Amino acid sequence: MNDPRSPDPRSAGQNHHFDPSRAAPMLLQHGHTGWLGLKYRAHGVDWAELELPWREDLLGEAERHVLASGPIISMMDMACGLAVWTTLGRFTAIATLDLRVDYQRPAKDRAAVIGRAECYKVTKSAAFLRGIAHDGDPDDPLAHIAAVFMSIAGDARNG
Amino acid sequence: MADSVLTPYADSLGIVIHGEEDGAPVLGCDFGGNVEGRPGHLHGGAISGLLETAGYAMLRHELSKQGRAYRLKPINITVQFLAPGKPKLTYAKARITKLGRRNANIAVEAWQDDRGRPIATAIMNILMAPEAGSAET
Repeated sequence: MNDPRSPDPRSAGQNHHFDPSRAAPMLLQHGHTGWLGLKYRAHGVDWAELELPWREDLLGEAERHVLASGPIISMMDMACGLAVWTTLGRFTAIATLDLRVDYQRPAKDRAAVIGRAECYKVTKSAAFLRGIAHDGDPDDPLAHIAAVFMSIAGDARNG
Repeated sequence: MADSVLTPYADSLGIVIHGEEDGAPVLGCDFGGNVEGRPGHLHGGAISGLLETAGYAMLRHELSKQGRAYRLKPINITVQFLAPGKPKLTYAKARITKLGRRNANIAVEAWQDDRGRPIATAIMNILMAPEAGSAET
């Protein structure tokens, strides 16, 4: 199931273990995330990391070779979702309540952008996340993000 | 006019200037596979992209009206998701809450059927760097 070297105590005893390295490629191939070409990179007990490849038609300004901020928000939203499922150890219906992005600097020319989201707190109905987007050096981020996700009420799988 | 041209990303996502209302551009984005999140719903990231694009379009529109030229740089954006986006045309329109010398504070709403029930809102702060020799944020 998950990486045997890093067993997650929080998911012990659960039958349906969520493994982002297996689930992400499936979740990312369709729709908006598929169109963006998002790729799974890595995950840990409470975090997930994705990559947004550079692409000419995703630029923020026609005259500069820098990715727009919209696709970066999409990637961070998806990385957050994966981080929540990874932390919970199961796939459940969740929705983004809010997402804040603080931009530190533009991405470098023709650079892919990497997004890592960490789920630092889960309550009965909410999950709290923080993360960064960078283009190669995690110590020099493009942006910091903060987000809150809610579980969707009435979903039988939440029981 | 050149100021109304959206970004390559916005064009690629299918965002268009749908019209104008009270002197503000109203943007539209049709539903399609490239904006779909969980099946049959808009992806939150695509909604965010539409909101952000509407914020920039409004600011460029206003600066152009005032004859001011700036390079716009994002400071931050906070998106609130209020309702699931259905598979249909989505609109977005921004309002400049404060236009300063160096930065602008902008509020944006996105809606579908009912203008009074937005599916998402955003608050953006945008830095307006002088066009010539714009250096660091």
